[in-house]
Amino acid sequence: MLKFFRRFKSTQLFGLLSPGVLWILLFFNLPILIVVFISFVERGRAGGIKLPPVFTLENYVQLFNSCASEFSGADCNPFLYIGIFGHSVRIGLVVTFWCILLGYPLAYFISQRKPIWRDALMVLVIIPFWTNFLVRTYALKQVLATEGLLNSFLMGTGLFNQPLDLLFNELAVVIGLVYGYLPFAILPMYASIEKFDHTLMEAAADLGANPRRAFWRVMLPMTLPGVVAALVLVFVPVVGAFITPDIMGGGKVEMIGTLINRQFSTARNWPFGSSISLILMLLVLIGVIAYFRSGGEDAKRAL
Amino acid sequence: MAEHPIAIEMRNVYKRFPNPGGGEVIAVNNVSLQIKDGEFFSLLGPSGCGKTTSLRMIAGFELPSEGEIHIRGKEMGQVAPFQRPVNTVFQQYALFPHMTIGENVGFGLEMKGVSRAEREKRVTEALEMVRLPGMEKRRPKQLSGGQQQRIALARALINKPEVLLLDEPLGALDLKLRKEMQLELKTLQREVGITFIYVTHDQEEALTMSDRIAVMNKGLSLQVGEPEEIYEKPANKFVADFIGETNFIEGMIAMQDGEIVEVDVIGTGLTHIISSRRFTKGQAVSLAVRPEKLRLNSPLENGNNLKGIAEEIIYIGTDTHYGVRFPGGQKVRVREQNITRAHKSLARTGDEVTVSFTTTAARILTE
Repeated sequence: MLKFFRRFKSTQLFGLLSPGVLWILLFFNLPILIVVFISFVERGRAGGIKLPPVFTLENYVQLFNSCASEFSGADCNPFLYIGIFGHSVRIGLVVTFWCILLGYPLAYFISQRKPIWRDALMVLVIIPFWTNFLVRTYALKQVLATEGLLNSFLMGTGLFNQPLDLLFNELAVVIGLVYGYLPFAILPMYASIEKFDHTLMEAAADLGANPRRAFWRVMLPMTLPGVVAALVLVFVPVVGAFITPDIMGGGKVEMIGTLINRQFSTARNWPFGSSISLILMLLVLIGVIAYFRSGGEDAKRAL
Repeated sequence: MAEHPIAIEMRNVYKRFPNPGGGEVIAVNNVSLQIKDGEFFSLLGPSGCGKTTSLRMIAGFELPSEGEIHIRGKEMGQVAPFQRPVNTVFQQYALFPHMTIGENVGFGLEMKGVSRAEREKRVTEALEMVRLPGMEKRRPKQLSGGQQQRIALARALINKPEVLLLDEPLGALDLKLRKEMQLELKTLQREVGITFIYVTHDQEEALTMSDRIAVMNKGLSLQVGEPEEIYEKPANKFVADFIGETNFIEGMIAMQDGEIVEVDVIGTGLTHIISSRRFTKGQAVSLAVRPEKLRLNSPLENGNNLKGIAEEIIYIGTDTHYGVRFPGGQKVRVREQNITRAHKSLARTGDEVTVSFTTTAARILTE
């Protein structure tokens, strides 16, 4: 009887879980398998893949040696794509750094307010999410444009007699990304800081730690999980971002995201786009695993 | 040690907090205290009486709105907490959860720049002092409440502070452990010879451990004295009521002849009390008298004997408590010790009884 009941329970469980499982299989795992497949076949002339499919490793070879293509000229730089990867990672790190540096004090500030103010301020942090990302990025572009809001203001004050070049360069991309991803940094750090027991800072001060040392030795280590979560939440999407570098960089700043985007649009090279996507995914995966490994240690220590 | 006989001095200290509903709350109201070097000094009072705020001002976590705090004769003014020669044992211990016990205890020395080897040696000593040797590698979460309490103590004492501040350190422990720790703390304090300022709302704890006690209520320091003085000579009704159990018998001054004061307990009779203070005829007063200082049905020749009706009789093993109502309507509690095994109640409910006390047993209180 019990055995039957157990079996019944597990059948029931399977039944309850199957919609979610099917959903994930169908819309998450299957597409990835399709991408893996496409990355190993030859491209079609007008996009898509060559039919019937022809197996090739060329898409991966090209990634690590961009001169492998038959069309490459003599002055070809074989590390073009590797360079774009490196560049993206660097922009990702810079953006993450600024998001954390700006977000942490803000999260701290909010956590120190009275509860009613805290909620109101958190809503202000979240409100931008209610506006389409694309619209916000275009709006920011208007602010930074040569004849935009900021330049008009600066010229109006008479401090500058020439507009600043704020758009279509890496700085613009970094500003755009920091602007777009700052809330993602604030939210997890706020969650950590809000839970932090400030008596511990008093205890540190009591034991002779000045505010700076108390911060580094007590508050930061204890709120580190929030900082690391912010790091992952910002770094991962930023490395693969394409809307912001496209709009703010005006095609002059190449990142992996824009590169992939181009393969599927103008370059019509789906297999190459797929291979870049997968390598990016692999890199992110390695990063996240490394984070969880170290995070796991931290979690153990924190316990 | 005794470069300065006064460890802590509070001079007319006020602390006002803005009230969320407007106006302000006076948490500490004109408190002046002198705490002697090497003393075990308790700040005793109900919650919200200003005792913790006073302690936090000594530690430097709060600054006085008015008045001065001196530590070893030095005015603290704006001195930051990390620069003050005091250490605190926090109510919830506030051990650093991300550090080992060794790192926790050695934190103060680390901040002072003491070398690692020296630190380790002194941490070992400190852990031995609180009878938790070999705990260096553990984490705070792995220890029981009582153990965490001792670690908090070790973490503070290792710095050899001028004064150790303890904010209800035993509040989170169960009764048995509390009693043990009370004795241990007192012993430890004698051994290390450091001035302890101990905040508690537990009057028994304060009486057991302290050399001197300041009783606080509503931001005011009502009375400062040795436990005996506080218990036997309470300055006012609040102190008499808060420390131990007290009967208040309301009356009126009938006459005063030198030190002999005649108090008319309206509807009950005249009483005679010895007091060195001066009263005016007709003044309304309270007689504060402890239940154990009242006798039942054993009239005193040169004392006060008041007749009443026994309303309730409660046998509690060591004592028997009798609730007696006087004709005027006032009620007192008499505590008779059960000194023989052949316990026999001195009265039955409804009996007329005599409540007696000597002329020095009661204290006349006017406020």
